[in-house]
Amino acid sequence: MKPRFIAIMQKEFIHIWRDPRSLTIIILLPLVMIFLYGYAITFDIKEIKIGILDQDRSPTSREMVRQLTKSGYFVVTADLHDRSEIEPAFLGRKIVAAVIIPDNFSRDLNTSFRIPVQLLVDGSNSNLATVTINYIKTFFLTYSLQINARLLNAPIDMQPRVWYNPDLKSANFIAPGLVAVIMMLICALLTSATIARERETGTMEQILVSPIRSAEIIVGKTFPYIFLAIIDAIAIVVFAWVVFKVPFRGHPLLFLFFAVVYVYTCLSLGIFISARVKTQQVALMAAQLVTTLPSLLLSGFIFPIVSMPKVLQLISYIVPAKYFLVIIRSVMLKGVGMAALWQPTLFLLVFGTLLLFISVKRFKTNLEG
Amino acid sequence: MTYDINIVDVSKRFGSTVALDGLTLNVRQGEMFGLIGPDGAGKTTLLRILCGLYLADAGHHLLAGVDGRKKMRTVRSFIGYMPQRFSLYPDLSVAENMRFFADLFQVPHKEREIRLQRLLEFSRLGPFIDRRAHALSGGMKQKLALSCTLIHTPKILLLDEPSTGVDPVSRREFWSILAELRGQGVTILVTTPYMDEAARCDRIAFIHKGKILVTDEPTAIPSLFKKNLLELHCRQHVMAARFLEQSRAFESVKIFGDRLHVSSHKPNAQTTRLIKSTLAAANIDVISIKPVQARIEDVFVELLQ
Repeated sequence: MKPRFIAIMQKEFIHIWRDPRSLTIIILLPLVMIFLYGYAITFDIKEIKIGILDQDRSPTSREMVRQLTKSGYFVVTADLHDRSEIEPAFLGRKIVAAVIIPDNFSRDLNTSFRIPVQLLVDGSNSNLATVTINYIKTFFLTYSLQINARLLNAPIDMQPRVWYNPDLKSANFIAPGLVAVIMMLICALLTSATIARERETGTMEQILVSPIRSAEIIVGKTFPYIFLAIIDAIAIVVFAWVVFKVPFRGHPLLFLFFAVVYVYTCLSLGIFISARVKTQQVALMAAQLVTTLPSLLLSGFIFPIVSMPKVLQLISYIVPAKYFLVIIRSVMLKGVGMAALWQPTLFLLVFGTLLLFISVKRFKTNLEG
Repeated sequence: MTYDINIVDVSKRFGSTVALDGLTLNVRQGEMFGLIGPDGAGKTTLLRILCGLYLADAGHHLLAGVDGRKKMRTVRSFIGYMPQRFSLYPDLSVAENMRFFADLFQVPHKEREIRLQRLLEFSRLGPFIDRRAHALSGGMKQKLALSCTLIHTPKILLLDEPSTGVDPVSRREFWSILAELRGQGVTILVTTPYMDEAARCDRIAFIHKGKILVTDEPTAIPSLFKKNLLELHCRQHVMAARFLEQSRAFESVKIFGDRLHVSSHKPNAQTTRLIKSTLAAANIDVISIKPVQARIEDVFVELLQ
């Protein structure tokens, strides 16, 4: 004789295994997502299209343009001859920035203190515009220093060095975040509909007329998904490590421990939704709203929380992904241990337990309400 | 006389709709009790209250002497409830469904396999043990549902229209299974829209608008019909029924299959003449007219008016 929740678990495993739809979600979704996010979301600047209006047309100016493009950040896609050609180039999306080198550039370079070089940037993509301006500014600063270091008296020599992600590679930043988002998605999508589905098909009625307790149903329905979500988490991390060369500095077992804690919280959230909605459709919508969106937008996955309005910052405190992001970035990139991460871990445990508790309390073993 | 199901003054409303209106009903131990009534009479609501899926607004009920409201989990351990809609897992096989329900009711492992075999034999589902439930025919699904309901050997069986949507052969087979269970001493409360099934019960009750109108043995029900009844066989019987009704000379005219049942307080000979003259005027040929014993449905149709 096995405990009732084991019976529910076994049955749930059979459902998952025999339902091609949920199997597809479990296997394919993480891979598709990591491909899309890994390749599409990149904050690394490469090959920005620029136009050059070189009014000087001297060896010096040409050498400077060569140095500008040597970095690989920029490619010259338009060689402009007149100011009137600039706007059509912007409108035709041939360039996102234009550098205008004045007449007598090479002559003034050694004599004048101020040589006006103009930079025009397409601001319709403000992110790209900002990055472009900063890169080009830095380039000209360096270039100026090379030309005439003597003229400048700069007592402070600032030497930036980035730790943990020295190349500031986006993948290193994105991949750990992806683990958080995808796991939440899997857990929420799969569990949110499971109770609602049984309500819809009428099988819940049949289960409820047995002497089962709410807790046995809730726990039995939650647990099978822990294994699946953990397998997904491992798959994503391995994938990130192999394909995007994201480092993994922490201990794998430690990672596994945190993953289990996070999955527990995510599943509790999914079950929490499922236990109170009537239909699968509503369950899926609610899951999107309550889990996926906040995990993507309010977790610090892409957008830094500190730069959000106060209200959103407050909401972010109850987004589990936010805490897991802190944990997983620390584990993967910094290789820190448990001691530094007990706070977010504790939050996840408490939050998950609370949701599970409320779900069990609110789940009635009848069809009323 | 010991009763296994006592329902006392039970009321239930959903918003402004009254589903059960102070219903009282007693079912004897080991009897097969049929609950008959039109759609919306409150049959399903009553069964759901008995197994604790709905909570009654007023009144109380005992199952095998146990208070169904206060000791719901105890009650659920010895009752078997089969809802109207087939609601087993379509992606699970026959055996998997049965084992799952056995585990829910905490049937010990060894005992579970013994009962599984016995029920498979009993329901003749043996050859389909590994077939997924969705691939079963309507009749087989119903037998599987019953087998799952029986896996914990309930003392009391509550069946909600178990043979709706099942072919006639499976229906007969299903009812012979029920008769066997009754022979084993299981108390059965079954709802049905079919009068021929009602006739198989030990006692039947007619439920209408949340109240019990009559309770008696099926054979005693027809004697409640106090008028004379004639069965008319004629051509164009639907049209004939309309003409007879329009003449307003009879108490009631009802279509039963291809025959008409005409009731009247007048003597049969007089009624026969009236029918013949009415139909002759409408150019409808009468094949035969004969007095018949009222059937259960005649009584219920009467009660509904």
